[in-house]
Amino acid sequence: MLRPGALMRGMWTTFKSMFEKPVTVMYPQVKRPVSKRFKGRHELKRYDNGLEKCIGCALCAAACPADAIFVEASENTDEQRYSPGERYASTYEINFLRCIYCGFCEDACPTEAIVLGDNYELSYTNRSEAIYTREMLLVPVHPSAAPTPQKVAPGTFDRPIPEMEDPD
Amino acid sequence: MSELVKNEAAQNMVTLTIDDHTMSVPEGTLVVDAARSIGLDIPVFCYHPKMEPVGMCRMCLVEIGTPMRDRTTSEPILEDDGSPKIQFFPNLMTGCTFRASEGMVVRGYTEKVTAARKEVLEFLLTSHPLDCPTCDKGGECPLQNLTMQFGDGESRFIYDEKMHSAKHVALGDLIFLDRERCIQCARCTRFQDEIVDDQVIGFSNRGRALEIVTFSDPGFDSYWSGNTTDICPVGALTTADFRFGARPWEMNASASICNHCAVGCNLTFNTRREVKSGGEKIIKRVMPRQNEAVNEIWICDKGRFAYHFTASDQRLNQPLIRKDGKLVPSSWELALDLVTSRFKNAGENLVTLAGGRLSNEDLFNLAELSAHLGGDALLYSDMAGGDLVSRLGVGEGTNFSDMGPETAILVVACNLEEEAPLWWLRIKQAAERGAKVIVANPRKTKLDRSAIHNLRYEYGQEAGLVTALLSAISPKQPKSPAFVNKLAKDKEVKAAAKALSEAENTVILFGSEGTSYAASAALAQACANLLIASGHIGRPNNGLIGVWDKGNAQGAWDMGLRPSEDLDAALKTSQAVYISAADPAGDSKQYASALKKADFVVVQELYMTATAELADVVLPAQAFTEREGTYTSGERRVQRFYPAVPSLPDLLPDFGITAEIAGRLGLELEKTAPASVMLQIAEVVPDYAELTYQKLAKVEKQFPLIGREDVYYGGTSYQNSQGLGVQLKPAAQNGDSPVLVITELPEVKLSGEELLAVPVTRLLDLGNTVTPSEVLVTRLAKPHVALHPQDAEKLGVEWGSKVKLILNGSTQTVLVEFDNSMPHGVVLVPRSLGIPIISPTPATIKVL
Repeated sequence: MLRPGALMRGMWTTFKSMFEKPVTVMYPQVKRPVSKRFKGRHELKRYDNGLEKCIGCALCAAACPADAIFVEASENTDEQRYSPGERYASTYEINFLRCIYCGFCEDACPTEAIVLGDNYELSYTNRSEAIYTREMLLVPVHPSAAPTPQKVAPGTFDRPIPEMEDPD
Repeated sequence: MSELVKNEAAQNMVTLTIDDHTMSVPEGTLVVDAARSIGLDIPVFCYHPKMEPVGMCRMCLVEIGTPMRDRTTSEPILEDDGSPKIQFFPNLMTGCTFRASEGMVVRGYTEKVTAARKEVLEFLLTSHPLDCPTCDKGGECPLQNLTMQFGDGESRFIYDEKMHSAKHVALGDLIFLDRERCIQCARCTRFQDEIVDDQVIGFSNRGRALEIVTFSDPGFDSYWSGNTTDICPVGALTTADFRFGARPWEMNASASICNHCAVGCNLTFNTRREVKSGGEKIIKRVMPRQNEAVNEIWICDKGRFAYHFTASDQRLNQPLIRKDGKLVPSSWELALDLVTSRFKNAGENLVTLAGGRLSNEDLFNLAELSAHLGGDALLYSDMAGGDLVSRLGVGEGTNFSDMGPETAILVVACNLEEEAPLWWLRIKQAAERGAKVIVANPRKTKLDRSAIHNLRYEYGQEAGLVTALLSAISPKQPKSPAFVNKLAKDKEVKAAAKALSEAENTVILFGSEGTSYAASAALAQACANLLIASGHIGRPNNGLIGVWDKGNAQGAWDMGLRPSEDLDAALKTSQAVYISAADPAGDSKQYASALKKADFVVVQELYMTATAELADVVLPAQAFTEREGTYTSGERRVQRFYPAVPSLPDLLPDFGITAEIAGRLGLELEKTAPASVMLQIAEVVPDYAELTYQKLAKVEKQFPLIGREDVYYGGTSYQNSQGLGVQLKPAAQNGDSPVLVITELPEVKLSGEELLAVPVTRLLDLGNTVTPSEVLVTRLAKPHVALHPQDAEKLGVEWGSKVKLILNGSTQTVLVEFDNSMPHGVVLVPRSLGIPIISPTPATIKVL
């Protein structure tokens, strides 16, 4: 049995909400800022001098629960230097159809090279488009820095793990 | 267990307790080995079960106690509860140098021990760079694993005070050294000194400045260098081939067998998809797989690095048919129909020529097809005696590791380290255990160092020398040439003959140093005679071993293929030639012109070889890495290999192609399943009866326990879980009683000013399966000949200079090397370097 007044109460709730501030926005004209710890599409970071932070260690791929990352490493030379140390990622691919944005790759990275960014606007018209390559993931070079590969003086960047701030 | 343990295996067993596990081991077993044999961990870095202990790293510190005895009565002192009273040493002891004794108690997890381990690791890490993310060893690194297991998370040392040294030192062309990572365990230097006797690397300086250096030119000049990367407990030594190739956990492992020589080393192919290869799965590296009866845990550098041929972009990928003088692509149907019709016409004039790198299944089908048409099935080889090996070969249960003072080993006409490196290693180790090694060779070889008798003879007299050995031990002898009688009177020969006949066990290995087919046949027969006369047949660790030039030559003999005494004539007179996995035209111009005369040539190959260029039809085959099969080693051990990578599209295995042709000729052969071919082989070939793929895949527990989770103990060699193979019984072991066959010894002819050019074997030659490995290029032999320095002086030739070599009517420019142990009047010509040499031939050298 419908209790008297119940219908009216429901109608009142509907009526009242017509005057509330809407929670939705007119996407894509309007975009909400994402939270500081948002996990969007990955980026491969660079050092200030333009060298890539990624050393091709594939620990991200090992940590990935969805097997979305594929890394192949090659050897740096001082003539053609991509990253500090001996090793760099000559192939770095993330399949975003597999990625579950858990951020384990970010946790595993010893050089803070792979970082989940703000971009969540990912769409593809076919499956192979969902595979982002190294070139697509690398952040652009800062205007004051040089692109990779760089020619550097011998012995300048012979350690792969840079001095990092103490996490404490 | 380690060599040490094995020697004393006959001795008393003692009972000891390690961490509450009580076990019985032979007296003298090291505590570490005893623990490991039942799967307990006493962590080590410098100790290796295949080497003598040194106790350098202190990682194996444990508490050790022995039962107390009364000093006056030497009766055990008992606790109140009746158990023996144990007195522990006041200090921690190194488990790797301490031998087990009766009643010993070992404690590996007390507070004292764990604290010691923590401290040892802390010290080892004071200078270790901790660049595990970029280190090739990361993931299979003993230091990494043991630090995680036993280490402390914190270090009291200051990070900035780490010792920094060179990170990229090329020790040789194949091995890179990272000096920072080295923990100075000396496993690599001890391996080179103790195990393979190539003292080319060593320690320099002291203390913190201690570093590994190489003092050979070229650097790290050894055929065994790759093994040091397996046993290095850190990432200090890495191979140039695999450098940053993949992380260890990313790769799959496939069991395989090396087919470069007759030893049949067990391998593991590590595979992974690669972008460069279009996302295809490719072989990333080759690792040894434990088989204590074949290669233990070692492989030579040829086996480790010369694998790239299977992934070469030069591989044939579709059938070719000759049209208007040119080879053009065709469909399989068309090519096979053409081949079939021509084979049908040829009938018994079909000559089948197969190389010794084919599997038993391939060879069986080829032999069956050939027999169906009534043609000749030939093995492409300059060595004879495979039939003798199948009758008088080593008995089932033969293992070089079991050979000691009761065994004599004769190695004749063979530069063993070049022809079959692992056998050299195992015979060297047998000699160290007391086996009497006798080397008969015209010049010095590395095995001479292990020999008690070094017998020298002139090139061409190898069969004569063995006959002389026989003469020296047997009272009545048929008439022999004068040089044999002279050799038989030689003191050294007499002593060697005595050692051979008096030994309980005798093994004879014959190689191909300076032999032609005819000389090889005489040599094999002479060796067989010697074994029969001295009664060393039909038992384990007794018999004849052929040091074949190809991995499965023995299998080819067993499948009924035979080398031709006159291949040239056989090719010329044939109506159709079916060549598989052999390149006669590339080896000799004579064969090339003979093939040009043949009516119809079919070549089944991996690449466009010189022979394939001459073919009327070229059929591409799968590489052995893409399929299953079996090989038979020189010790007649049948072993299985498994597919490692997917086949190129539309290719068939060799036995499949043969079966397709046979099917069209009305002969039903197995096309797809090699296991079924093996069942047929078992029916037809008596020695292979009852052999199945299942039996070949059987494994037993092997000591030391290698691989598994604990790479710290034996290195990164793989555990064998896919089959140890089956050693066949020779006919002599099945009750066959052979009789001596006296053959006429081939004579040596030399005339005038000419030198005698003799073929010899180099390990790293320019063979079709070696050259595609770029990493080896600088290590491969260049086309060269070797002369005695005095002969060279007479000719006015300098070391390393170029000369003109006139041989068999063809002229070639080659480099000259000297060898002062070789006889005068001879020029050594290595095989497979592009210099056509099949048998000893007169040659002329002209200075350029």
